[in-house]
Amino acid sequence: MTDSTQPAIVAENLVRRFGQFTAVNGVSFKVEKGEIFGFLGPNGSGKTTVIKMLTGLLPLSGGDATVLGLSVRSDPETVRENIGYMSQNFSLYSDLTVTENLTFYGRIYGLSSDRLRARMDEIVQLNGLAPYMNRLAAQLSGGWKQRLALGCAMLHEPKLIFLDEPTAGIDPVARRQLWDLLFELSAHGITFFVTTHYMDEAERCSHVAYIYFGKLIADGTPDSLRALPDVQPPGTYRVEITAPQVTRALRVARTIPGVRRATIFGQSMHALINDDLDLEHLREQLLKQNIVVAEIRPLAPSLEDVFVELTFKHQAEIEAARA
Amino acid sequence: MLNPFRGFNAVFYKEALHTRRDFGTLFFSLIIPLLQMFLLGFAIDTNIRQINTVVYNADGRRESRELLDRLRNSDTFRLVRFVENDHDLTDAIVSGKFRVGIKIPVDYSDRLLHQMSAQVLVLIDGSDSSVAGQAINVTTSIGLDESLRRALSNSNAPFAVDMRPKLLFNPDSRSPNFFLPGLTAVLLLNVTTFLSAFSIVREKERGTLEQLFVTPVRPMGLLLGKILPYLIIGFFELCMILAFMRFVFLVPIHGSVLLLAILSLPYIFVSLSLGILISSKANSQAEAMQLAFLTILPSIFFSGYIFPRETMPRFFYILSYFVPATYFIDITRGIILRGASLIHLWIDAAALFTIGTLLLIIAAHRFQNKVIMA
Repeated sequence: MTDSTQPAIVAENLVRRFGQFTAVNGVSFKVEKGEIFGFLGPNGSGKTTVIKMLTGLLPLSGGDATVLGLSVRSDPETVRENIGYMSQNFSLYSDLTVTENLTFYGRIYGLSSDRLRARMDEIVQLNGLAPYMNRLAAQLSGGWKQRLALGCAMLHEPKLIFLDEPTAGIDPVARRQLWDLLFELSAHGITFFVTTHYMDEAERCSHVAYIYFGKLIADGTPDSLRALPDVQPPGTYRVEITAPQVTRALRVARTIPGVRRATIFGQSMHALINDDLDLEHLREQLLKQNIVVAEIRPLAPSLEDVFVELTFKHQAEIEAARA
Repeated sequence: MLNPFRGFNAVFYKEALHTRRDFGTLFFSLIIPLLQMFLLGFAIDTNIRQINTVVYNADGRRESRELLDRLRNSDTFRLVRFVENDHDLTDAIVSGKFRVGIKIPVDYSDRLLHQMSAQVLVLIDGSDSSVAGQAINVTTSIGLDESLRRALSNSNAPFAVDMRPKLLFNPDSRSPNFFLPGLTAVLLLNVTTFLSAFSIVREKERGTLEQLFVTPVRPMGLLLGKILPYLIIGFFELCMILAFMRFVFLVPIHGSVLLLAILSLPYIFVSLSLGILISSKANSQAEAMQLAFLTILPSIFFSGYIFPRETMPRFFYILSYFVPATYFIDITRGIILRGASLIHLWIDAAALFTIGTLLLIIAAHRFQNKVIMA
């Protein structure tokens, strides 16, 4: 059906308007086969709208998209045959058992009963649902519900699976286990399109994009984003400063010449400083103001740093355009 | 590849599982119409009998007592109280305890004996028009009859014209015979519309409908898969209602029970489609319930169930053609009361089938375009 070099998703200049409001404004990206593509952005920025457009649920107001080589404009039915989808609320029938839920989705996708049985065995093997097969979905814990939902979404062996906030409201252990499962499946060539709010999950993705109020403002591997000039301007470097009174330290640090930006991260602060300000000098400056620094060390920017920097820059551009 | 009914089997099977698992709710939704029928069947009697009547007999002689006996024997009046003056007579009616007051003047017998016209005053509480109408009819006809007999008593001439009305189909004018076939339509509508509307709105509330839209299920496959199990349940409900009507209220069925059962299928189909259409608009069960109630009132008032359609203003008469219950009440009354057959009723069945299909196509179109998602 599709050749193997073709990307799993190609979105070109996607636009979606709801009346006067433009929810998605010229979004373009490519997702290669076998990638775990992390799609991030604040609530209401258009993540779910993009998923709905790519799965053929919402017609496009502009632009075009192909999913697994099929156009979502002209062939949404075939697109839906070939993808899997798991929504944030898991969409299971709570009054049906695990087996019944799986059987229902298998039939929906038109699996023969032999193939259904074989696939169910494989999936149960993979996600460990075996002891719960006759339990009602309502009686499963969040983590197990999520595994069942993922199982339902992949019964028909889709090459691409959309996961809309799959870990919202799930305990950390289940979260970790889900990601392990995703890596395993991804190794078998399945492509994942994942939305999330968790930065640690974003760090695990092989490709991330950040949408901010309808516009895509970042797109690349986590490392390439960290190296962006906007994130790490030439002639600057990033440090982590650990001090007992971190809020006071922040106020002081912002007054020191050569410190471009400083933000608190838990017990420490991250600062972007000019190359000509060396660490010892910075430490002395802080000490003059009675700030005793416990530790100070250079630091690579996190994805959170990346998104914060890019958001600032984007806001500045909008304001400049307005003025 | 583009089978328009894709997913029908899967949805049908799943829906059957839901109903089996939630048997308690289903059972109650099926038993409640029977309870309603039980109560309404006993409560509603449109034949007016034994109206509370107060009498002021100022005359008191034989002729006046004969007149009162005739009123009493009509079964329309119950002579409960006798008063002694005009004031008490009026007061008894104003108090609301009596609907009719009869005053026989002091010279009633005298005037009759002298071949003169005697007047009897009949006071009627007009606040209930059907009671008032009945009271007027019966008193005037008793008066007329009495006059004729007196006028003719001296000659041997027979009554010139003797009208002999005969009631066909419901000879005793039993109310249940007339009301219960109509009630069947209303109760059936009630249950089935709710069942199908809820079955989809529940999926909206849980978010599973959104999930289904991302699968290759086609709207018609989804909707028919939802409808069919409830068609079977609705049919079962109809059989119970009919059995109840026949064996508890002893309403005789003059026509073919099999025909009635078959012709009820298009009606159940319409009600279910209506529920589906409601579910394409409503986003919660409460909202669905309000919309369903909106459809139930026209079915009661414009279908001929309570008020005859023939006397409606033109606008409402035309409107009644758009109310599915109109056709089904035609079918039930036709078969149960008049023993009508398919030749008389196929057009009603065809109308129902057409309305049902239209509703379903509109609903499928709304689901196709995901109007409901926006």
